[in-house]
Amino acid sequence: METVTKTSTVKDKLILEFEISKLFLFGNTKLREQAMGSFYKQGIPNRKHEEYKYTRTDVMLKEEFYFSANKNCNDEQIEHLKFLKDAYVVIVENGVFVEGLSNLQNFPQGLTICSLVDAEKSNSPVFEKHYAQYADVNVDPFIALNTAMTKDGVFIHVAKNTIIEKPIHIIHVSTAFKNTIIHPRNLIVVDENAQAKIIESFETIDSTAKIFNNALTEIVIDELAIVDHYKIQDENELGYLVNTTQVIQRKQSVFSTHTITLSGSLVRNNLTFVLDGEHIESHLNGLYLTTGNQVVDNHTVVDHCKPNCNSNELYKGIVDGKSTATFNGKIFVRKDAQKTNAFQSNKNILLSESGTINTKPQLEIYADDVKCSHGTSTGKLDEDKLFYLRTRGLSLTSAKKLLMHAFASEVIDTIKIVALREYIEEKISKTFE
Amino acid sequence: MISIKNLHASIDGKEILKGINLEINAGEVHAIMGPNGSGKSTLAAVLAGRSEYEVTEGEVSYNGIDLLELSAEDRAREGVFLAFQYPIEIPGVSNVNFLKTAIGEIRAYKGLKPMTAKDFIAMLKEKQKLVELDASLTSRSVNEGFSGGEKKRNEIFQMAMLDPKLAILDETDSGLDIDALRIIANGVNKLKSKDNATIIITHYQRLLDYITPDFVHVLYNGKIVKSGPKELALELEEKGYDFIKEEIEA
Repeated sequence: METVTKTSTVKDKLILEFEISKLFLFGNTKLREQAMGSFYKQGIPNRKHEEYKYTRTDVMLKEEFYFSANKNCNDEQIEHLKFLKDAYVVIVENGVFVEGLSNLQNFPQGLTICSLVDAEKSNSPVFEKHYAQYADVNVDPFIALNTAMTKDGVFIHVAKNTIIEKPIHIIHVSTAFKNTIIHPRNLIVVDENAQAKIIESFETIDSTAKIFNNALTEIVIDELAIVDHYKIQDENELGYLVNTTQVIQRKQSVFSTHTITLSGSLVRNNLTFVLDGEHIESHLNGLYLTTGNQVVDNHTVVDHCKPNCNSNELYKGIVDGKSTATFNGKIFVRKDAQKTNAFQSNKNILLSESGTINTKPQLEIYADDVKCSHGTSTGKLDEDKLFYLRTRGLSLTSAKKLLMHAFASEVIDTIKIVALREYIEEKISKTFE
Repeated sequence: MISIKNLHASIDGKEILKGINLEINAGEVHAIMGPNGSGKSTLAAVLAGRSEYEVTEGEVSYNGIDLLELSAEDRAREGVFLAFQYPIEIPGVSNVNFLKTAIGEIRAYKGLKPMTAKDFIAMLKEKQKLVELDASLTSRSVNEGFSGGEKKRNEIFQMAMLDPKLAILDETDSGLDIDALRIIANGVNKLKSKDNATIIITHYQRLLDYITPDFVHVLYNGKIVKSGPKELALELEEKGYDFIKEEIEA
């Protein structure tokens, strides 16, 4: 009788890899072991997992994967990724901070940017206080996996009362010649009354194999701080990205984040805001343009814990080809959070017959004096508008382009950094061609 | 300029136009009047190329071309313009930007060189004056948040920019106060020449006090049932559409 040897699953391989490498990884081994224990219990989510039923990471991870990739970028290759000319640029290649490729000269007083490994090594009290305190390993298997296995990433600290005028641009570059799983991690701490603009972009270059990027960023916004945050996801067809962003805001702070998904075979965003103080303002903007067989899934949670806060969420998508876009937005208004204003909107345009849009807004309100609303819409390009434009001499193609651009502009216009907005405008007009 | 012969059109299987015949020459103004539901706006939509309407019979020859064979945009490029009864709001698309694109594509279609930015702006300013359109409106999104009167004025402004050979004004007077009506009529009159023609679709004759038609046609139940000189409009106003109905049924 023939016996079939069952090849080990990716879960087994991840656990084995962890056991081999854990002593060489930075930081607290106990924290990592706890996280791995949690991952062991949760496993890779499959179609039975409610939160992941539209985004089948398990199917994708059935292939053979490796756990590290050699560095192979040079300055020339990444030049075009530095699309903000006047910025502090940090390069993270395959999950590892690369000082040699970054532009980190002439820091103003009060700004620290270094690798997570260095932050830990230097016993930074800010790092020790905040590292791995917010993203809960028991909530999501990818948080657990990142917490267990991360090798490096970026640590940014903006000290009290400091205003950083130039944007800080973290570029996550993936380069792989064989299928690879990486777990980059960032910690951003903005102290009281400080201000900063931070962009994270996700790119792949010079690759011939798939990259599964399990990236996680924790962001701490202390009282009265104002932070503008952007994620530009453009990893092309080799990129598979699970991007967790965990934000905690203290009283009277203002935080805006913009999630722009331009490409990538699979993109899953887990964005969680905890509003832990009064008079907080939070803005969540998102834009996704999907085509081919792409899967883009935005899961957001806004957790209003205290009274008198405002949150405003706007996600828009244009879905073409056989692609699938999912939006799942939860808003919690806790018992104490009276006088909350929480608004959420998800609007989609479906260009093709075979595209799919799943949208699920959820409100859970435990306070009685609040203003909350949510709305979703999915439609085709408006025939009346198209006809109107055509009666003025515009071709059907340019009429469509104009309307798609107009649809997207509501989100694009929220980008405050002019150079970034122009870059996105240009990228988007190309995808509309 | 345009010759409509036995035009039948239907939507969702329901016949609206039941054999329209109409001849319009360059330099002429024709008014088409008629009660609600007679098919006036359908005629305008069919001529402009709205695809929901199916032409089941008849032909439309426009300067020697079969108009019904052309797409909506090619009709516009050939000089047909429709001023909408209910102009569409297009948030996020600026008036200026969209007109620049439109004029660019029309010129390319005709094999003309692109217009310089300087010439475009000069034209924009000149035509704004013609319809007394506030300059701030042209830089805003197309019709978004415009009042009814501003929307109608914006239609005539677009007409002035595109300089059509055949302009079809679909109830451009509806919802306008007398001051706005005068401004619009004045704009249309200034745009009139011996080389272009205008079709004015209206329910009331008031607009015709300001734009004098050469011919008045009465559309009833999908057909032109009566044509005459401008005095016919006055008669209609006085007697109401019922007298036409009685005449037909008699």
